Amino acid sequence: MTKSELIERIAARQAQLLAKDVELAVKTIMEHMSQTLAQGSRIEIRGFGSFSLHYRAPRIGRNPKTGESVGLAGKYVPHFKPGKDLRDRVNGAATDAAHHDGAQDR
Amino acid sequence: MSALTKAQMADRLFEELGLNKREAKEIVELFFEEVRAALERGDQVKLSGFGNFDLREKGERPGRNPKTGEEIPITARRVVTFRPGQKLKTRVEAYAGPRPE
Repeated sequence: MTKSELIERIAARQAQLLAKDVELAVKTIMEHMSQTLAQGSRIEIRGFGSFSLHYRAPRIGRNPKTGESVGLAGKYVPHFKPGKDLRDRVNGAATDAAHHDGAQDR
Repeated sequence: MSALTKAQMADRLFEELGLNKREAKEIVELFFEEVRAALERGDQVKLSGFGNFDLREKGERPGRNPKTGEEIPITARRVVTFRPGQKLKTRVEAYAGPRPE
């Protein structure tokens, strides 16, 4: 599912709103989330999961072309931890599917 | 700063887009519900500018009850992973404030 498909699905369930408003709302939500993480704050959505920042220590990297060493500063990376409801629903679907076509590795 | 929640997202839709409070709350609810439903269907979710929610099949592996030390296998399962997009990574990387908790 892409962002535009997500917008269509929400619009289909929100008959009183124009698709354009839903599109703007989805973009606003995503921007709010990105902004929050960029400020070093967490996002907590019950039943879905939480987003936080994980620290990556400074390290010595290497330029793959020249083999030269470069010092890389410490940085933060976004991290998502799925909530229980999401974990259970995703895994429940997997367990059901496994009965039909066997567990598949991807 | 405290964590961002659905209520604050709805407030912003009310303030910035002029949606009424009920609509704002419903859209935020639907946003997360539709992402969850897609993942439940086994569908990857790609939100360009933010990141992708992928599904991974994990095989059974040996585990242990941390209390009793008893060995119990961890069953095969499907899990969600999040891969932040380049735009989000770049914005977050630039964070230089106090260490988040």
